[in-house]
Amino acid sequence: MIFLIAVIGGGIVGTLIARELNKYVEDVWLFEAKTNFGMGVTKSNSAILHGGYDDPPGSLRAQLCYKGNQLYTQLQKELNFDLKRVGSHVVAIEDEETKYIYELVKKAEKNGVKEVRVVEKLELLEMEKNINPKAKRSLFCEIAGIFDPWIVAMQAAKSVRINGGRTLIKKRLVEVEKKNGKFLLRFQDKSEYFADLVINAAGLFADDVAKLFGDEVPEIFPVKGEYFLLSKDFQYVNSTIFPVPTGISKGCLVLPTVDGGFLVGPNANRVLSKYDTATTREGLNEIREKGTKLVPNLNFRRHLVKTFAGLRPETEKKDFHIDVGKSGAIHVSGIRSPGLTAAPAIAKYVVEYLIQEKIGMNLYKRENYIPEIEKTPHLIHIDRNEWNDIIQKDPDAGEMICHCNKVTKKEIIDAIKNGARTLDDIKFMTRASFGECQGGFCTAKILKILAEYTGRDPREINQNEDGSWIVNAKVRI
Amino acid sequence: MSSSQNLVKELTCVRCPLGCKVKIEYTKELEVLNISGNKCPRGREYAIQEISDPHRILVTSIKVKKGKYLLASVKTTDAIPLRLFDEAMKIIEKLEVEAPVKRGDIIIKNFLETGTNLIVTRSVERL
Amino acid sequence: MKYKTDVVVIGGGAAGMAAAYRAKKEGVDVILLERDEDTGGVLNQCIHNGFGLQYFKKDLTGPEFKEYAKERLEDIEILFGTYVLEVRNDRTIIFVDRRGIHEIETKALVMATGARERHFNSLPVPGKRITGVFTAGLAQRFINLENLKPGSKAVILGSGDIGLIMARRLTLEGIKVEAVLEIMPYPGGLERNVQQCLKDFGIPLYLSHTVTAIEGDRRLEKVIAAQVDYKWDPIPGTEKEFEVDTLITSVGLIPQTKPVDFVETDPGFLVSNTNQTSEDWIFAAGNCTVIFDLVDYVAKEGEKAGKYAAMYAKGEYKKGKKVKVRKGENIGVIHPIYIDPTQESTLYIRVSKVFDRANIKVLPLDVEVIEDEARPPEMIVVKLKPFDENIDEIEVMADELISKLG
Repeated sequence: MIFLIAVIGGGIVGTLIARELNKYVEDVWLFEAKTNFGMGVTKSNSAILHGGYDDPPGSLRAQLCYKGNQLYTQLQKELNFDLKRVGSHVVAIEDEETKYIYELVKKAEKNGVKEVRVVEKLELLEMEKNINPKAKRSLFCEIAGIFDPWIVAMQAAKSVRINGGRTLIKKRLVEVEKKNGKFLLRFQDKSEYFADLVINAAGLFADDVAKLFGDEVPEIFPVKGEYFLLSKDFQYVNSTIFPVPTGISKGCLVLPTVDGGFLVGPNANRVLSKYDTATTREGLNEIREKGTKLVPNLNFRRHLVKTFAGLRPETEKKDFHIDVGKSGAIHVSGIRSPGLTAAPAIAKYVVEYLIQEKIGMNLYKRENYIPEIEKTPHLIHIDRNEWNDIIQKDPDAGEMICHCNKVTKKEIIDAIKNGARTLDDIKFMTRASFGECQGGFCTAKILKILAEYTGRDPREINQNEDGSWIVNAKVRI
Repeated sequence: MSSSQNLVKELTCVRCPLGCKVKIEYTKELEVLNISGNKCPRGREYAIQEISDPHRILVTSIKVKKGKYLLASVKTTDAIPLRLFDEAMKIIEKLEVEAPVKRGDIIIKNFLETGTNLIVTRSVERL
Repeated sequence: MKYKTDVVVIGGGAAGMAAAYRAKKEGVDVILLERDEDTGGVLNQCIHNGFGLQYFKKDLTGPEFKEYAKERLEDIEILFGTYVLEVRNDRTIIFVDRRGIHEIETKALVMATGARERHFNSLPVPGKRITGVFTAGLAQRFINLENLKPGSKAVILGSGDIGLIMARRLTLEGIKVEAVLEIMPYPGGLERNVQQCLKDFGIPLYLSHTVTAIEGDRRLEKVIAAQVDYKWDPIPGTEKEFEVDTLITSVGLIPQTKPVDFVETDPGFLVSNTNQTSEDWIFAAGNCTVIFDLVDYVAKEGEKAGKYAAMYAKGEYKKGKKVKVRKGENIGVIHPIYIDPTQESTLYIRVSKVFDRANIKVLPLDVEVIEDEARPPEMIVVKLKPFDENIDEIEVMADELISKLG
């Protein structure tokens, strides 16, 4: 009989767990409720690779964050995504904040993080010309980085597909039944699947999903973080700038994004609904003020591209909860910051510790496993001669569709070949329409290409989920 | 007749982008008493028409079959009564031409008996 | 492929077409680079009339203006579907198209790259990121070029000409326009457009109003607007709700200067009356310098840029002397900001407040222009003759003309 493992939740944690399992078991099935992978908690956050120096020593977070950071080097080679280790500064501005920097040094030591050092004022202002000139000193961590987490999730899902697993979208789990020692999973679209082992990595909804198995995990409450995205027109900072934290969160940061823009945020406000991703007037004012304290010359009027908000799955004890439930299902819940960084280590923890050691399942590495995944390169970043050769074989590689982020028709068509069906799929897979004009110029073109290459009418194409339509009628029938 | 019973309208002439502020004084019987503020005779003409039966150029699109574009833009060669716009659109919605069409091609002659023609403003090549 | 020419024009809109035409007329070799499959830029989707009265002496629609301008380009090399990757200081231009990556060696360059629309997302309006919010240009493209309707019921934010024109266009095509909102206390577009686009169709215009929030699950369901005070802060208690599935925004244009990043900009190219930028071989014209009201102005500027770029390529015009044009009292926008006093110039001016009767002075030159009902949205044009080269700076200012009778 076929042994089947189901992973519930296609965020960065779920996809990396599925990928890790897939190294041993071919039949790994990944179920995602949304229309693409990495579109939940994974998408809307600071997108930072943390150094691991500031998690509470002894916590699961501390155990997995630094390890995760190290695993990213190999992961980046295999999954082929952009990762820039630009470093991070925790900046003390007020006098009383400076002692915190030394506390952090001790914490880093306890967490086994060697790649940190204290940077004094002069050097700091040399490294970061736009930060508050009142800054006293900082803790610099050279292994901290920036990346696009949703790309990691999408590439990990692709790697599962390539290695014989299945990845399914629009699958919202609504009911679980135990039948003959197997789990019967029922989804909102009425489909049913049997699984021998289930891993719940449902992010914000991990506690709700655990309940479907009759298991208890710490309650998750959503904490909203709001952000400003600024354009690439002015180089505000070179690395991630943290303030000295207040206790609730790591505070409001200013940092570069991998494609050259800048993020300012987040704040941290507990909200009632797990669907409340609306920005608020108060919240935006709060991060504008806090961001300006770190980098006084932030020009929101000239450089603002967009605002957005994301939700973080927080629990009372503020630590990851990763364990086997009474039902036998594995619950990976409470994955709050530094979840993105820890994700590859979480995947190994689940597969190597929980499944192999704790449950005692014998798994053997597959010989035919292919770790490396190709990705259409962002042509603007490759060597011009190489790009020219690609155009000779495929003229679409020479047709520029998104002018802000310089994305060609070939890159969009490749994304469609890789499963893109919505405007957001194209946006997050290729960065087309992600730039300063926010799709003002290219949306009509992308809609046309999507319609043509997926054989649909533009009226059937959504931004993301069902109901997020773009156009609804023809002018002349 | 005392001047208080006369009507006054301050208009913005739409005949060209200058947008002259034209002031027209007239009686209830639409007898024009005075026109001021216009920089050319078109402003006078406009003001008189505006109080009785405003005219506008209609611009929209018609469907093109087998063309490089799905639509060809069209306009009336001169202003037509605004009150005819709904009726005009109902006719235009049903029109369909086959590419190629050229700028200036007449789609409907003497459109709605207004003495103006409905003409193509965008040339559309055949695909 | 490698090209060699005298003048390259980047952008085939109204400014670029005029520049290419004029440069060619001056007897030099010209290459026009256009990113789309056709020239004309936004003119192709502006199917309304009102263009060309000054430039072609005819009342034309956008596509007609485009065709008139394009017909003059028959002996000019136009490369369509091109995207300029790099403009180098050594006067080479690198571009990509469906044939590959190419290089042009040129003597002069005219930037005619136009503007982009400011997006609603870049206004910090709270709410979820849902669909149904379009820039006016995108909505116009859908309706006039793609044969697609962006929704059924709409609110328009911004009463600039594009917003007003779209209100009429949507109405004619059966999309109900519930309101046009304008944050300023006066309309942003030409008076004639307020009349023929809104009043003609009974569309309400709310002045001193803006959008304070948008609501909806996945597609827009509701727009919430409120009146604003003089600081543009919403006044509590003045909220109005509109149940619409579409919000169309016309909230400003931003000059596009990329990929040239080594000349003076703020935010458009800063040029002189000869359209020369801070790099003497680079000229710029149209909306990539400053946002113009009329395409006629853009085309005239384009011609002028083409003329001087050609003269530069032939060695007949060098780096011009630059007299600074200072923005004096009550002036919001002045263009250009430098003048080569040996040449004639056209000043484009926006006043910064509404005047009954404005007296516009150019100091110390003895130039005065009186403009009735001067408003910030409408550009005032002032022509200057060549003047004394020893003047270091001129200043433009406006004040209310008080009638001598009191």
